[in-house]
Amino acid sequence: MRVVIVGAGQVGSNIAHSLAGSHEVVVLDIDGALVESLQYGADVLAIEGDGTELETLVDANVDEADLLIASTDDDETNMVACGTAKTIGDPFTIARVKDTKFLNTWRHSEGAFGVDFMVGTNLLTAETIVRVIGLPAASDVESFAEGSVQMAEFTIDPETPVAGQSVREADRWDSLTFAAILRDGDVIIPAGDTVIEAGDEVVVIGSPKSVREFANALSPDISGVNNVLIVGGSDIGYHIARLLGDRGLSPRLVEQEHGRAHELAEQLPGTTVLQSDATDREFLDREHVEDVDVVVAALDSDEKNLLTSLLVTRMGADRSVAIVDNGDYVPLFEAVGVDVAVNPREATAEEITRFTLERHAENVAIIESDRAEVLEIEVDEDSVLVDRPIRESIADLPDGVVIGAITRNGSFVTPRGDTVVERGDHVVAFLDAESIDAATGLL
Amino acid sequence: MGTLPSLRLNLRVDWRSSVSLVGTVLKYLAVPLLFPLLVSLYYGADTFVFLATIGITLTVGFSLEHLESDPELGAREAFLMVAVTWLAVALLGMIPYVIAGLDSTSTLGDPVNALFESMSGFTTTGATVMGSFEFSDHSHALLIWRQLTQWLGGMGIVVLAVAILPELSVGGAQLMDAEAPGPGLEKLTPRIATTARVLWMAYFGFTVLLFLILYGLHHAGYAPEMGLYNAMAHPLTTLPTGGFSPEARSIEAFSAVVQWVIIPFMVVAGTNFALFWRAITGEYDVFARDDEFRFYAGVIASVTAITTGLLLVGHGIAPALDAIVPASIESSIRSATFQVVSIVTTTGYASVDFELWDPVAQYVLLFAMFIGGSAGSTGGAIKIVRWLVIVKSLKRELFTTVHPDAVKPVRLGGRALDERAVRGIYAFTLIYLVIFFVGTIVIMIDSARIGEVLEIREGLSAVAATLGNVGPGLGDLGPMGNYLGFPWTSKLFMIFLMWVGRLEIFPVFVLLTVAFWRS
Repeated sequence: MRVVIVGAGQVGSNIAHSLAGSHEVVVLDIDGALVESLQYGADVLAIEGDGTELETLVDANVDEADLLIASTDDDETNMVACGTAKTIGDPFTIARVKDTKFLNTWRHSEGAFGVDFMVGTNLLTAETIVRVIGLPAASDVESFAEGSVQMAEFTIDPETPVAGQSVREADRWDSLTFAAILRDGDVIIPAGDTVIEAGDEVVVIGSPKSVREFANALSPDISGVNNVLIVGGSDIGYHIARLLGDRGLSPRLVEQEHGRAHELAEQLPGTTVLQSDATDREFLDREHVEDVDVVVAALDSDEKNLLTSLLVTRMGADRSVAIVDNGDYVPLFEAVGVDVAVNPREATAEEITRFTLERHAENVAIIESDRAEVLEIEVDEDSVLVDRPIRESIADLPDGVVIGAITRNGSFVTPRGDTVVERGDHVVAFLDAESIDAATGLL
Repeated sequence: MGTLPSLRLNLRVDWRSSVSLVGTVLKYLAVPLLFPLLVSLYYGADTFVFLATIGITLTVGFSLEHLESDPELGAREAFLMVAVTWLAVALLGMIPYVIAGLDSTSTLGDPVNALFESMSGFTTTGATVMGSFEFSDHSHALLIWRQLTQWLGGMGIVVLAVAILPELSVGGAQLMDAEAPGPGLEKLTPRIATTARVLWMAYFGFTVLLFLILYGLHHAGYAPEMGLYNAMAHPLTTLPTGGFSPEARSIEAFSAVVQWVIIPFMVVAGTNFALFWRAITGEYDVFARDDEFRFYAGVIASVTAITTGLLLVGHGIAPALDAIVPASIESSIRSATFQVVSIVTTTGYASVDFELWDPVAQYVLLFAMFIGGSAGSTGGAIKIVRWLVIVKSLKRELFTTVHPDAVKPVRLGGRALDERAVRGIYAFTLIYLVIFFVGTIVIMIDSARIGEVLEIREGLSAVAATLGNVGPGLGDLGPMGNYLGFPWTSKLFMIFLMWVGRLEIFPVFVLLTVAFWRS
C-alpha cells in the first residue's frame, strides 16, 4: 500500500517508522531539517514541501496513493491537505484534529472536509486517561472484540503478590493469559517456569473482569476509584471530566482562569469546578487532597503538570496521571514519580497506525512504541489455527506469538493448549516485533 | 611496578557493525567472481587462480561478518563501512593478479602493482600498470576480471548491496549518499532498495544493449576486431566510465563505426541515471528540462568544438610528426569528440594516441579532466552539477555587488538551493583542487627522489587522472602508455587518490579526524 503522510513532526515520523516496514511511505513537510533527518532515519521517501499545495501533492504521487495521513500540528492544515488530496485522487484520508468542534462536525456528516477518518487528539487523550484511571496500576489498556477482551500492561512492584513467582504459580486468575514480560527493553515470551521479577512490565490479555481482578490483586489498597481531581481546564481536562461524569463519578476540576472556570461549570453539571491555583498548598489542604485517589494534571505546560502531580502526590494523593506534550519527557516523568505520563502525540500516532493496520486485522494495539503488537483477527479457513488445538498450531507459528484470548459468538473462551479454534472465532494474539510480519500471514 | 594506566579507547563509532557489514558485502563478491571462473574454464587457463580467490573471499567475508551478529548503522558507521568496503574489495580484487603473476613475467605479480590495478579497476579509473597486453602474459579470464572490477565499481558496490540486502534498508540512504557520485542523494521511490535496484537495472540494461550492438556490428561485418570476447569486455568498462580495455591500443584497435557507437554510451554513462528512470515513468521532457543535463551537453559540445577546431587547422597535431597525414574532417571530428567525451565523462578510452597531439590540444584535455560526469552517474572528478552551482553562485556574487540588498537564492531546476549545500560544494571543490596541487608536488618530489625525471605535465596529469578517476594522463602515462615508471611509493599514493576520488573525499577524510572517533 502506498501511504502519504503530511507532517514529519513527532506524530508523522512516529507513524512513518511504524508503517515503513510493511508499506511504501512518502512523507511531506515544509521543514527541510525534519525531512532530511527522516530521509536517513527511516526507509521512506521524504519530500520538502507544503502538503496543502496541489503541486507538492502531485509530486508525491497522491493520485496513486491508497492512504493520506495529515498529521501536522495544525487542524486547518490537516483538513485542507485531505480536501486537496481528494481533488487529485481518491486516497483514504485520515486527519489529526485537536479541536473537538471539527470532530463533531465530521461525526455529524462523515466525509466532511474530504476527511474519511478523523482522529480527535484531545478526545483521544482524554479517553486514554479515563481508561487508565478505570484500571488502577495499569499503564496501558486497550479493548478488543467489542469490549469482551482487554489487554493491559502493568508494572510489577516488589510488594505485589506475583513478584518473584513463576508464571505457572501466578496463573491463578481464570480467563487471564500472561502474554509477555518486558524487561530491560527486551520482550520475553513467558513459559511456565519464567519468573516474574519486580520491575518487570507484564502484558496480560483476558476478560475485563479477570483483568480488573488482577489489577486489584496487584494494588489491593485501591479498591475502586471515586475521588478524582483534575487540574487544568484545558480541552483535554474538560473531556476527562465529562467522560468521568458519564461513568457516574463526580470529579473535581481546578481551573485558575475566572472566565474559563465559569464556562466549564456551565458545561459540566456533574463536576465541581474550583477556581484556584493548583500549586497553592493552602488550597490543596482545604480540599483534602490526601483523600484523592487519582490526580490528573491537564495544564497547558509540561513543567506545570510535573510540579502539580508531584506536589499533590506528596501531599497524599494515591496516584498521579500527567499529560506530557513532549514525548521525550515521558520516561523522565515516570522516573521521578508520576505514575502514568500520557503523551497526546504518541496516543495519536498509535491510533492512526492502528487504524491503518486495522484495515487488515480487526483491531491492533501497539506495545511500547513498536516493540510488540496485540492484534485481533477473525479466524477464516486459511488460518493455521482453524480446527486444531492451539498446542499444535502454535508449533507452526514463530516463537514470539502468544494466543491471548478467544471470543466465540461474543462469549469469552480461555485459550489453553487443548482449546480447538473454530472458524469465525475472534482471536486476540500478542506478537513481538520480529514475528509480526511472518505471523500475520499465517494467522 | 605501578599499574599501567588503562588504555581503553573510548570510541564513539560502532566499528564492529561497519566491518561486519563489509564482510557481508565481501562474501557476495564471490558471485561475480564466477564469471571469470567460467571464462577461465572456457579458455583453460587460470582456473585455479579464481577458485583460490573465491575461497579467500568467502573466508574473509564470513569471518568479518561474524564480528557482530546484529549490526546497526548510524551516520558514522555508514561512512566507515563505505570507506572500508572500497579498500577491502580492492585488496581482494588484487588477489587474482598476484596469484596469476607468481610464475609469469607479468608486471601485475608485484603486490603494489596488483593493488594499483585493482583499485584503478574498482574506482573505474582505468590507469594501468600492465606492461604487456599479450594473452600469453595475462589470460583471457584475468583480463575479463579486470574489466568486471570496473563494472562492479561503476554504479557502486554499496548501492548494489543496498539493492539486494534487506538488512541495509534503514541505513541504506546514508550508505548510498556516502558512495553515490554527486552532492546529495536523489531518492526515486519510497523504498531505498527499490531506488538502488532501479539504478542497477538501468545500468545493466545499457550494458547489455551496448553488447548487442557491438556484437551485431561484428556479425554485420562493420567491426572485424569486435569478436565475442571484445564485445563482452568493452561494455563492462564503457558504462561504468572505466576505460580498461584488453586491447593495447584501446579503442583505436576498432573500426570508426565502433568508435562512433561507443561515444553516445559514454555520454549515457556520464548522465544522471535517475533521469532515465524519470523518462521511463512518463516525464519524457526530463532531459530538456534538467539544468544539469543541459549544462553537461553544452560543456561537451563546446569542448568538442574547440578540440575539433584545433585538430582541423593543424594546431592540434604535433608539428614534428610529419608522418601524420592532414586529418580528414570526419576523423578530426571523430577523434575530437571521442577523446573529449572520454575525458569529460572520466572514461579514459582513447581512439587515437593523443600523446601525438600538440600540447595545446593536450592541455584542453587536461582541463577537461576536472569537469567530470553528472551527479548520480558513474563518472568521476568534480562533477558537472558542482560547476553549475559554482557558476550560478558566482553570477549571484556579481549581481549582489551591484545590488547589495538583493536576496537571491541560487536556483537549480527552479528550486532554490540551501546555502549549506552551496557551501558544501565550494568546500568540496576547494579541497579537490588543494589535493590536486599538493598531490602533484608529492609525485614530483617522489620521482625526483629516485632520480626519475618527470615532466610537469606528467605530474599534473597523473594526479588529475587518478584523483578524478579518469585513467590515462599525458606524456609517458598517455593512453597507450602506463603508470609503471613511478616508484612504488607514488603508486601507493595514487591508490589513495583513486580511493579518495571515487568516494568524493569526505567519507574518507572524515575518518582521519579525531572528532569522528571520539566525540
